[in-house]
Amino acid sequence: MFKTLTTGLALTVALAAGGAHAAGEAPKVTDYDFSFEGPFGAYDQMQLQRGLQVYTEICSACHGLKFVPIRTLADDGGPHLPEDQVRAYAEFYEVWDPTLFDGEGDFRPAVPADHFPEVLSANAPDLSLMAKARAGFSGPLGSGINQLVKGMGGAEYIASLLAGYEDPPSCAPDDFDGSYNAVFTAGGYPVECYDEDGKRKYPGSWIGMSQPLWGDDVEYADGTEATIEQASQDVAAFLMWTAEPKLNARKQAGFVGVIILSLLAALLYLTNKRIWAPVKGKD
Amino acid sequence: MGGIPHDHYEPKSNFEKGMAKRLPIFGLLYDTLMIPTPKNLNWMWIWGIVLTFCLALQIITGIVLVMHYIPHEDMAFASVEHIMRNVNGGHMIRYFHMNGASLFFVAVYLHIFRGLYYGSYKAPREVTWIIGMLIYLLMMGTAFMGYVLPWGQMSFHGTAVITGLFGAIPFVGEALQTWLLGASSVGQPALNRFFSLHYLLPFVIAGLVIVHIWAFHTTGNNNPTGVEVRRTSKAEAEKDTLPFWPYFVIKDLFALAVILVVFMAIVGFMPNYLGHPDNYIEANPLATPAHIVPEWYFLPFYAILRAFTADVWLVMFVDFITGGIVDAKFFGVLAMFGAIAVMALAPWLDTSSVRSGRYRPMFKIWFWILVADFIFLMWLGAMPAEEPYASLSLLGSTYWFAYFLVILPLLGVLEKPEQPPATIEDDFKAHYGKGDSVATPAE
Amino acid sequence: MAHTDEHEGTRRDFLYYATAGTGAVVTGVAGWALVNQMNPSADVRALSSIRVDISGVEPGTQLTVLFQGKPVFIRRRTEAEIAAARADDDAALQDPIARNENVGEAPATDANRALDEDGEWLVMLGVCTHLGCVPLGDGAGDFGGWFCPCHGSHYDTAGRIRKGPANQNLLVPTAAFDGDDLVLG
Repeated sequence: MFKTLTTGLALTVALAAGGAHAAGEAPKVTDYDFSFEGPFGAYDQMQLQRGLQVYTEICSACHGLKFVPIRTLADDGGPHLPEDQVRAYAEFYEVWDPTLFDGEGDFRPAVPADHFPEVLSANAPDLSLMAKARAGFSGPLGSGINQLVKGMGGAEYIASLLAGYEDPPSCAPDDFDGSYNAVFTAGGYPVECYDEDGKRKYPGSWIGMSQPLWGDDVEYADGTEATIEQASQDVAAFLMWTAEPKLNARKQAGFVGVIILSLLAALLYLTNKRIWAPVKGKD
Repeated sequence: MGGIPHDHYEPKSNFEKGMAKRLPIFGLLYDTLMIPTPKNLNWMWIWGIVLTFCLALQIITGIVLVMHYIPHEDMAFASVEHIMRNVNGGHMIRYFHMNGASLFFVAVYLHIFRGLYYGSYKAPREVTWIIGMLIYLLMMGTAFMGYVLPWGQMSFHGTAVITGLFGAIPFVGEALQTWLLGASSVGQPALNRFFSLHYLLPFVIAGLVIVHIWAFHTTGNNNPTGVEVRRTSKAEAEKDTLPFWPYFVIKDLFALAVILVVFMAIVGFMPNYLGHPDNYIEANPLATPAHIVPEWYFLPFYAILRAFTADVWLVMFVDFITGGIVDAKFFGVLAMFGAIAVMALAPWLDTSSVRSGRYRPMFKIWFWILVADFIFLMWLGAMPAEEPYASLSLLGSTYWFAYFLVILPLLGVLEKPEQPPATIEDDFKAHYGKGDSVATPAE
Repeated sequence: MAHTDEHEGTRRDFLYYATAGTGAVVTGVAGWALVNQMNPSADVRALSSIRVDISGVEPGTQLTVLFQGKPVFIRRRTEAEIAAARADDDAALQDPIARNENVGEAPATDANRALDEDGEWLVMLGVCTHLGCVPLGDGAGDFGGWFCPCHGSHYDTAGRIRKGPANQNLLVPTAAFDGDDLVLG
């Protein structure tokens, strides 16, 4: 009888927690299949390297990754670049070193131990944790079950958004601020595009970031064709890694933990049964 | 310790005898571990051990996290990321601590509802119940202050909202809120003191847990029948009970291991599912998240807080007779704390002569409605503050209060309870009875 | 009957041991995680080795870099300095041990102190072995090497202690060349 209570509470916890994510209307996020989804999913090293290339050549012009140490590009479970490539990569960036110039500070080329530079622009948020801050899939009914079934959703959101730029609907004035994006919901929306009931006629809204990916923006070393969809997913996967760099290790620990604790539970079940057998008259 | 007659510790070697004269610690440990425990306890009596484990888990992982965390408004968020990225195994330790809070509250709610169903709060266990409620309040305070520490968007703006509750108190509210925050708004002073208290309170909880255990070891455990252990002689008591070790220790550990399998799966595969994504954005006083929602374990009471808006006639009435001192905002705060207070008063509100809900046919129905109501309120707490959720919250809150203030007192009078078994031994035999041969356990 | 009991007993004991053993493993793993988190974290470990570009260091000049919280002197010595240091190999040295982490236990000859075979590069911790002050360089002191202003310790052009209260030669840390870079640690 109390099993119902226990399962009921567990279910509600899940439901309520999911409901907590139900902020605003659900964006039109495409459920891409990422390699890191599911209990056994892991990052695809080649995809992370392609995503790093997209980030470096396009995103990094405006955005920063201030929480990510450059050296982690060499980490197992990440892009796993060779050490010398990481060193060479770091030198692309300049960082402020307060110990230089007799303590007055000066810029110097970055070394692997430095973090990616921080960008102090109000309109270009730091991307280090973006994939975790934009967990999606809040439905159905705000229950968040989709998040459980389909994965975190942050990477899907980023990929969908980058591929979500479309021609603005005809109702919008030509000089309306921003670019029309069918996935982004938190931006401006012209009054002309509301219908009589005050509902929006078109999904999405106008985003401040102009379209970053147009197709063939980068040339991948591994020969993959850099379509908008491909590049969006690659950079989204890369940002998922910057947000959760220890995902592979964590899932591995979770798997080993579940196995060993299951074994312990089974042994304790048998021990318990044996101890109680004489008391319950089953010996 | 008084209570059920049983074999007490007898020092045997010279060392033990010497110790017993100087520091009777072996005797204390022995009597605690071998305490006679009703042998018919079911699987709802495992949550105490789970809670003890949670407290230990949170204290240990917490102390470890503090070795790397920096309570400074410019560095707190980055230091958490340092833990997640650089500290050896730091990401696992932090995820254990984060989700450990959730496990703690799952267990405490099941523990509380078990107490409500089997009448564990009734005489002579009122003190155990009250101390339990104090522990629960401290848990909520600790959890709230812990949530502030990562200094994300939800931490920051959640703190503003929750301390704002104190601002609703008439006359002294604003001064109280400023005193709590050490400033007129959330900032470095608040972060520093919440960090200090978040570290301190778990040890206060640990102290209260010892008193909680002391109290029910004095009265003896309740059990599913609500019938007391026979105490006239040791022989009779032994027919109703078994020593805690090994029978219940192993049983509880088995249950704990099963729960930990689920817990490990959550930590390993979906550690952020129960958290709010906005807390991965660094605190920014200039931008409030679209939708501030507390952690799931606060949601039922958050729903009660929001239910009493200014257009509810009761609120208007109270507002009128108090001359505006108790306005809608303060009423909501009172309702939220009142919802916990009425629960704490259950021992005196329940008038039934029968302790366990198992033998109370009408009580059972109302109890399960209360459980459903709790779950309903939890869902409502996560919904936006608009119709139909507002009216439904009011309905749910009303039932919560009605259950404790009206239904529990009346049921004792109106209900005709069934006859509980005469002894725990009878109940046990009814389940596992293979005849009289089981009366004395083999070892 | 007795035989069955024994068999039962063994099986029961095995179950108890297996349970306790598995429990101990779980506790052990958790305990190890708690111990290991106090070991140096990845950011600290990343700084346990640094690379210094020494392509711009001319003979007779010195580069001072901060490595693990301590100054490191990287000196490119002139022919005269090398000759002076080698000439003193047979002198009465206050500390006859090389104090070079790259060569281990060895006599304090100049060859054992310098980093390369020609003896051009001398890399040392800039911490006086007396009480930890930072010695002055660029030919300071009675022996044309380094001089510690705190208590008057004189080091020669190979960084060996020659006069004053210090009792050890300046320590040569683990270091190696890699192209234009010097890798410390």
